Amino acid sequence: MSLLKVTDLVVSYGGIEALKGISFEVEQGQIVTLIGANGAGKSTTLRTISGLVPPKDGRIYFEGRDITDLNTQKIVETGIAMVPEGRRVFANLSVLENLRIGAYLRKDKEAIEEDINYVYDLFPRLKERSWQLAGTLSGGEQQMLAVGRAVMTRPKLIMMDEPSLGLAPLVVKDIFKIIQTLKETGMTVLLIEQNANAALHACDYAYVMETGRITTSGTGDELLASETIQEAYLGKTSKK
Amino acid sequence: MKKGNKRLIISLVIVALLYAGGCLIEQTAGTKSMVVTVLQKGAVYALIAVSMNLLNGFTGLFSLGQAGFMLVGAYSYAILTIPMAKRAAVYQYYNGGWVQFTVGFLPALLVAGVIAALFAALIGMPVLRLKGDYLAIATLGFAEIIRAIVQWDTIGPLTNGSNLLKTYPTLKNIMPGNTVLFTFIVVGVCIGLILLLINSTYGRAFKAIRDDEVAAEAMGINLFHHKQMAFVISSFFAGIGGALLAMYQGSLQANSFKSSMTYEILLIVVIGGMGSVSGSILASFLFIACSEWWLRFLDAETVLGNFKVPLLAPGFRMVVFSVVIMVVVLFFRKGIMGDRELWELGSRRAAKGGRK
Repeated sequence: MSLLKVTDLVVSYGGIEALKGISFEVEQGQIVTLIGANGAGKSTTLRTISGLVPPKDGRIYFEGRDITDLNTQKIVETGIAMVPEGRRVFANLSVLENLRIGAYLRKDKEAIEEDINYVYDLFPRLKERSWQLAGTLSGGEQQMLAVGRAVMTRPKLIMMDEPSLGLAPLVVKDIFKIIQTLKETGMTVLLIEQNANAALHACDYAYVMETGRITTSGTGDELLASETIQEAYLGKTSKK
Repeated sequence: MKKGNKRLIISLVIVALLYAGGCLIEQTAGTKSMVVTVLQKGAVYALIAVSMNLLNGFTGLFSLGQAGFMLVGAYSYAILTIPMAKRAAVYQYYNGGWVQFTVGFLPALLVAGVIAALFAALIGMPVLRLKGDYLAIATLGFAEIIRAIVQWDTIGPLTNGSNLLKTYPTLKNIMPGNTVLFTFIVVGVCIGLILLLINSTYGRAFKAIRDDEVAAEAMGINLFHHKQMAFVISSFFAGIGGALLAMYQGSLQANSFKSSMTYEILLIVVIGGMGSVSGSILASFLFIACSEWWLRFLDAETVLGNFKVPLLAPGFRMVVFSVVIMVVVLFFRKGIMGDRELWELGSRRAAKGGRK
């Protein structure tokens, strides 16, 4: 059984359909990525799964349970965490406070302290800046914090919306290393990326979205080898 | 942790000294002196400003309904505490009124807060779905509606219409000679409770909502629930503040709770610093001292020898006062304290925006 299963999901914003019936699955312990151009509906998919946008049609199953009609709070409780696009850390709170907000729904105080240390082990940079306001961190550090904050909810599935957006290439490399580390610790990652090259190299399975539909899917290597994908997303022109 | 304890003890000692100082000033200067007036009214405004800061500075909800909730609190307090013997005289146009019982001033203070909180819970349901400027306009509107309803003749037997409410227990006759101490204690307890709230998990959630609503929601924070909570708690303390203001004034009329009163408090919050409790307290005392005391001489026509000083006439005080405020806002963009607290200033890291 797959961890997350989305069937025929339709979402419309005031009559315009952003998602026109997409279906996909995320297997336990894998990194799955959705790639596609601007406006393909990638972010909408994530926002719908986390309950921020109500779907018009279709169902979402998490561990076999229907979570389509749950509110965001309940969905976070079932074990889905989101790293929103553009990082969105709480700029006027300290790094530590940001992490504690991540654990807002949890009541297990000791485990929370353990997890804070765990996040600090993952990102030693954050530990150094524990008392600094999140708004004063660099872009890469803010991204680490956004990931750390999501890890604090103890998720089974962590969804990331364009984590490499607006970051320097070296930092992007770091971010993908982090994603790999998360996978090694047993987490499942659903990743949205415009940086198709990096995402396809990192993922176990990938779906390609175009204007509200899933057009292709396959393992990362399969898609990297596909000519149409190379032309459309990897910037390689085919020799005729 | 030990360092935190040490800080707490120092803070408590300083607070105790301030209380003793206030008490001493009243003993030496007398209850009717200007200093005592400033201390009383400043403390009352401090509570109201901190309650408004909880909403505007910490939760990021730009609400302008404070005067309305103060009015509810003040009226609840006065209506409940007017002595039975004097009800006939106060409600002379309404056959002695509907309320035919009296409660003590302490329970009445609490009830004043609770009733203001109930009003907030009702108003919050529709209003808190709005954001930013729209929320400000809606809350301002509701405050004006409350003021109009209180003066409505049909419920006159309850509120005494647009006539004065008086003869309820005031600061001067609850603890004669120790009015400052009484005000300080009530205000101190309330602000203490607000501080505990701000430093709790809920307070952290409020600040998260202020910084980024979408991210806060994605972390599982129920936006409406928390906004409603901040709104109700803020109004509870605004209600108690209103009741204290009624005690300070000695008589009560709905017409004095205009929106300009909300603006005064907003001004205090902004000058003190959005998101700083100690800033609000400091700014309240400065504001009241300036408007009631230090600038009074500007209102009096002054003649030096044969020379009549120009411009000094009743009302000129407010002109100078406005200029002072403009200067303060220009030079302290984020208010006197920014979003820091007085007790954080000592630590070196505080200056850089963090805490250790």
